[in-house]
Amino acid sequence: MADNGDNDSQHRVNEGDYVVLKRGDIYKAVQIQKKKKTVFEKQWFFLDNAVGELYGTTFEVVTGGTLQPRKPKCAESSADAKEAGTDNRNILDDGKSQKLTRDDIETLKEQGLKGQEIVQQLIENSTTFRDKTEFAQEKYIKKKKKKYENSVMVLRPSCRVLAMMYHGREPGKICHLRYDTLAQMLTLGNIHAGSKVLVFETCAGLVLGAVMERMGGYGSVVQMYPGGGPVRAGMESFGFPSHFHDTLHEFPICHVNALLAGALDTEAKDIDADSGQANGDKSNLTQTDSEKAESKECSPDTEDQCMETSTSTDPAADKEREEREKLREIRGQEKKVKMEEKRKKLAAAAAVLEGRNADGLVIASRFHPCPVLLGLIKFLAPSRPFVVYSQYKEPLIECYTKLREQGGAVSLRLTDSWIRHYQVLPNRTHPVLLMSGGGGYLLSGTTVATDTPKMGPTRGEEPAAKRLKLTETTEG
Amino acid sequence: MSFVEYSEFIQEGDVAIIFLGHDSMMPVKVQQGAQTQTRYGVIRHSKDLIGQRFGTKVTCSKGGWVYVLHPTPELWTLNLPHRTQILYTTDIANITMMLDLKPGSVVCESGTGSGSLSHAILRTIAPTGHLHTVEFHQQRAEKAAEEFREHRVGHLVTVRNQDVCKEGFGVTGVADAVFLDIPSPWEAIKHAKNAMKRQGGRVCSFSPCIEQVQKTVEALADEGFQEISTLEVLLRVHDVRSITLPLPDFGSDQPLETPTDTRVPSNASVLCKTTTPPRDMAGHTGYLTFATKPSV
Repeated sequence: MADNGDNDSQHRVNEGDYVVLKRGDIYKAVQIQKKKKTVFEKQWFFLDNAVGELYGTTFEVVTGGTLQPRKPKCAESSADAKEAGTDNRNILDDGKSQKLTRDDIETLKEQGLKGQEIVQQLIENSTTFRDKTEFAQEKYIKKKKKKYENSVMVLRPSCRVLAMMYHGREPGKICHLRYDTLAQMLTLGNIHAGSKVLVFETCAGLVLGAVMERMGGYGSVVQMYPGGGPVRAGMESFGFPSHFHDTLHEFPICHVNALLAGALDTEAKDIDADSGQANGDKSNLTQTDSEKAESKECSPDTEDQCMETSTSTDPAADKEREEREKLREIRGQEKKVKMEEKRKKLAAAAAVLEGRNADGLVIASRFHPCPVLLGLIKFLAPSRPFVVYSQYKEPLIECYTKLREQGGAVSLRLTDSWIRHYQVLPNRTHPVLLMSGGGGYLLSGTTVATDTPKMGPTRGEEPAAKRLKLTETTEG
Repeated sequence: MSFVEYSEFIQEGDVAIIFLGHDSMMPVKVQQGAQTQTRYGVIRHSKDLIGQRFGTKVTCSKGGWVYVLHPTPELWTLNLPHRTQILYTTDIANITMMLDLKPGSVVCESGTGSGSLSHAILRTIAPTGHLHTVEFHQQRAEKAAEEFREHRVGHLVTVRNQDVCKEGFGVTGVADAVFLDIPSPWEAIKHAKNAMKRQGGRVCSFSPCIEQVQKTVEALADEGFQEISTLEVLLRVHDVRSITLPLPDFGSDQPLETPTDTRVPSNASVLCKTTTPPRDMAGHTGYLTFATKPSV
């Protein structure tokens, strides 16, 4: 990844790249596709012109939806507001200060006037603008610019950008995990290249992607997933190179007990049936039910078949039926191949887990964290960090208590963080008025070796001192 | 052991973290024949540490026991010898994410100070990244370099003993990210820009005072940095505990003539699990100002 500083190619946008659009504080993740209309912040445009430009370029949206790269911006022209008032004692809110009507503005827009020019028109036609204080003028311009300037920035996706995007757009999808909390998780979990990390998340794949970014394609990640398959949309938005995906494994949470008991048979065929059953997210179905459910999944086929057999007598229909038969066979074959692949994947993930020597555990889900943590912590080697996210504090209190009782972990900490943004401007510096109320809670700690039976006798020898120590550790 | 790679067993020369109990830890350098005194007695390195698995319970001479942990940048931050004020994990976590650090990143840092952030950066950018760190205090620079070698991350870092405000970072056009924790960061913004890749990157400055932030933001804007944003992060630690709340005695609803001694004893209470905030918490560490250097 070392860069000699001359090669720009890897810093330019390519077709097919996953990118993030930014306007103001609003982000949107998209994939660059030729001739594909993109809607963002009430503007529509084609991203074709972004191809070949450097990441971080700001584009002007011009009529017809084409993008024009904006050259390094000329010094903000707010300096030309030579006249300014000192206070607002003579400014009246009569609703008539703007001489341009809404229709006038629409016409200006239709004429294809640039945003900056519209803003200039608004200023010139505002009777009160010159009486406003310098600060108020600046604020006015900023507000109008935000409304009329059609610019969009194309960014390279990163954990920072995507975490901020999800938090701003769809916090519900990521269990209201705020970006600073995610940052804590990656650090407290000591996520780094070369380690073996378990991830259980229902945060659209954002947490998984964040972990993979920090591992840089070195080591391995096992995504433990509930239901029929892992959710990875958020991870896909990172646009990782393909070799990153080679380090990613998946393992259904419904097989954890079997694996822990040593009863997971990855050779057996019914494993696949099991996973198939989970596909419908009805993990309480019995085996036969699931088979039924599965055969129903490919129902268009079978239903047609039934209709066919009851009505067809002519040769054309026979031929058709034959073709259908063939198609079904092919589909069956495909399914078999898929099942075989799935089985192999499961076996591979099981092999990674079996040593119970994972280096890290990250949990962030809508499920009750307690059973998840107590189940998955068994796969960790001693002296490894783990971190559990929950939107709510109470389930983590329970986790804390249970872990204390059970042992095997030290340095337990239940925390949350506050983030406060600041407006920093000459003579106008203060905290931003609106701040996020809650970014969720974290329980973090470090695993230690649990008492082995051979420790028993030693304990017997020195009971007094032990007890003394015990009272100490219960504190921590 | 290394700060960028886990290992299973403790070896001579390793740094191990002795966990004595709640918020009580000490770092030790594992050496054949060496001893470490704890309040639970002596730990003999040859017998008690070398060859043991990280995370095991070690019984000390007085019969008490401790856990011996694998070092991580987070544990090191809590245990390192302070030569300066240091950055703690909450700020470090946000700096790492907001600077887009990952394996392969090239980072410039100043000052090195006690190396708290440096270790976290090295952990994140290994195995292919590099850290160029500048410390104008000669003794601190030497000590930091020595520590990096001992912690087996020396190959990932270059320590320079110079004044970043006057002489810069000693590299140009290579950094993906720059971090500044110096008294006058605005004097180093130009050097930060020079150190960064032509295609741009991220910069962060940590300052305790708002006046410093003000000057830094002005300098960043003057140098053409974009997406300038200042923030502050605070960590709240919740103490988990069981509390009992006594129930008031409302007296009997029976007519008063019933003898008082038959009434329910007034020591009824309800037990609940809850958390309390610590009595004191860190209310301010520093403002973090981030910005993007645009590509040119």
